[in-house]
Amino acid sequence: MAEAAGVAAESLAGCRARAARTVLDQVVLPGEELLLPDQEDGEGSGGAGERPLRLNAAARSRGRVVCGPGLRRCGDRLLVTKCGRLRHKEPGSGSGGGVYWVDSQQKRYVPVKGDHVIGIVTAKSGDIFKVDVGGSEPASLSYLAFEGATKRNRPNVQVGDLIYGQFVVANKDMEPEMVCIDSCGRANGMGVIGQDGLLFKVTLGLIRKLLAPDCEILQEVGKLYPLEIVFGMNGRIWVKAKTIQQTLILANILEACEHMTADQRKQIFSRLAES
Amino acid sequence: MKETPLSNCERRFLLRAIEEKKRLDGRQTYDYRNIKISFGTDYGCCIVELGKTRVLGQVSCELVSPKLNRATEGILFFNLELSQMAAPAFEPGRQSDLLVKLNRLLERCLRNSKCIDTESLCVVAGEKVWQIRVDLHLLNHDGNIIDAASIAAIVALCHFRRPDVSVQGDEVTLYTLEERDPVPLSIHHMPICVSFAFFQQGTYLLVDPSEREERVMDGLLVIAMNKHREICTIQSSGGIMLLKDQVLRCSKIAGVKVVEITELIQKALENDQKVRKEGGKFGFAESMANQRITAFKMEKAPIDTSDVEEKAEEIISEAEPPSEVVSKPVLWTPGTAQIGEGIENSWGHLEDSEKEDEDEGGNDEAVILDGIKMDAGVDVSHIGSQDAPIVLSDSEEEEMIILEPDKNPKKIRTQTISATQVKAPSKKPVKKRKKKRAAN
Repeated sequence: MAEAAGVAAESLAGCRARAARTVLDQVVLPGEELLLPDQEDGEGSGGAGERPLRLNAAARSRGRVVCGPGLRRCGDRLLVTKCGRLRHKEPGSGSGGGVYWVDSQQKRYVPVKGDHVIGIVTAKSGDIFKVDVGGSEPASLSYLAFEGATKRNRPNVQVGDLIYGQFVVANKDMEPEMVCIDSCGRANGMGVIGQDGLLFKVTLGLIRKLLAPDCEILQEVGKLYPLEIVFGMNGRIWVKAKTIQQTLILANILEACEHMTADQRKQIFSRLAES
Repeated sequence: MKETPLSNCERRFLLRAIEEKKRLDGRQTYDYRNIKISFGTDYGCCIVELGKTRVLGQVSCELVSPKLNRATEGILFFNLELSQMAAPAFEPGRQSDLLVKLNRLLERCLRNSKCIDTESLCVVAGEKVWQIRVDLHLLNHDGNIIDAASIAAIVALCHFRRPDVSVQGDEVTLYTLEERDPVPLSIHHMPICVSFAFFQQGTYLLVDPSEREERVMDGLLVIAMNKHREICTIQSSGGIMLLKDQVLRCSKIAGVKVVEITELIQKALENDQKVRKEGGKFGFAESMANQRITAFKMEKAPIDTSDVEEKAEEIISEAEPPSEVVSKPVLWTPGTAQIGEGIENSWGHLEDSEKEDEDEGGNDEAVILDGIKMDAGVDVSHIGSQDAPIVLSDSEEEEMIILEPDKNPKKIRTQTISATQVKAPSKKPVKKRKKKRAAN
């Protein structure tokens, strides 16, 4: 099946497929095919011809290349399925050929297993809560999936509350299921989010940027005011500071960070720090 | 899709913020969002952006037979559609309530106010009249659809040009666009809707509510006015009780806002007309800003490097050679030396010790401007040359000198605290110095 798709794609792609290395950080469009570094030699002979599949260990020595969001494996090439900029991350240590993915702008969330999200409880029915996470269907959350919850000791969750949890089941054919405990049974920060504070929505790309390990924005924001902040991978951010004015400032800064360059951001932060 | 539910914490936060007179986007209570009007290439096509709410308006015309009871009047037809791209909650079958309400309000505002002269739309009485159709599409919903829609409708109507028609006896000639220039509609006045949202049973009021604010509001008051302060339509929904003075206050605010918006519309129409007359580029492609996903990338600016070498040589030849800076370490005591300088002495300047030490001053001292010397630096060189142990006295008979605030200008550069001063407690620097002089 994959071979057939690969051949079909090769014949459809009128122009030569480009090497992934040459288009790093540039905009790629859906339908483009990318060659991984170890396939570039074969392309020198020109044209989209059949290439023998290398099943020997020599090809494997380069390691596994992980195909991230926006890319799909198509035969032995990568097929771009979203429009955006192509990124690559070198492997930290040892195995693997790194990760390739496409940074695209998206606001609509698709549930993915393991993602931590902020949901809004919409209904309580029997043993489960229905939680809206911004996807196509509301996720179900069992009342036993909280730390220290038993049949007698139910968690105090009302309709309209905010929940921070992670998905245990999330595929496109079933409604997603989420829980508020990790595999050891501890809450680990998940559960019902407190009463005050402001919830707002941003694009998914901004959330990924803010959750990156060395994000300057977060460090600078932390220096401004003491605050509590929760990021949901579904594009929702909950923030709480001491006063309403500070909370509003923080919400506006985070929303605006999407379109500001680093210099503009530094200016704004320095102006805020003075006042 | 179902609408995203409003969580308790958002509702609470919004109501608390409104009580403190704060809005989410930082506006004041009576502030409108930015209104942006852009025109398309065809006459009668415009996009109005009220903040992030976008409405597309298009006017078209057709010759039809008039209605039987109104044989000499043209026909107006208004239609507002909530496109599915405006909000996830808008689905083809599900919007009926809101849609009907908005359409009725728009019709009352534009048709019943007689802003367009329908008599002028008559071509042949009883047989042919113009039917003007206004189609409005909501492209993005961020609150206050009715205001944006009313502005889009009136702007599109003012911008529209209908084909010219001439009647000679029994002959009716309809000129095409190439034969004769199209003719604008005759519009008496421009009614514009202004929305007021009420919270906490009418205690708090906001003009131009955004989508979040609309979710938590108790009631909505819409006043349609023109710039001559004539009220065309007024509608209150939500079932809140409004006092008479509240309604009067709202109408005054609406009057002010409508004047501003009418000016904006006139300016936009004039600009567009000017551009078309001068033959410049017009249309959506020109007026909408490009939004690129690579917006952060700095374009490489082309630099002219043709005569770089000559310029560089010129600069080098004209520049002075950098001065030789040789840092000589200053030996304070065996084992302690100093290279370079630190920050200036902030202890203030002491007049007494000045005079005796003026003629001293080793070549190690920094450049001193104004001729005032700080004794700190001077004394230190003494100590460096002597190896006598310093005896500190705790005697109370020493004179107390009050350190004055630093009068010296910042230009003075001085030696920093010496090693011996570090040993002594800093609160009695003066006494120690006096003691040394006595020892000398």
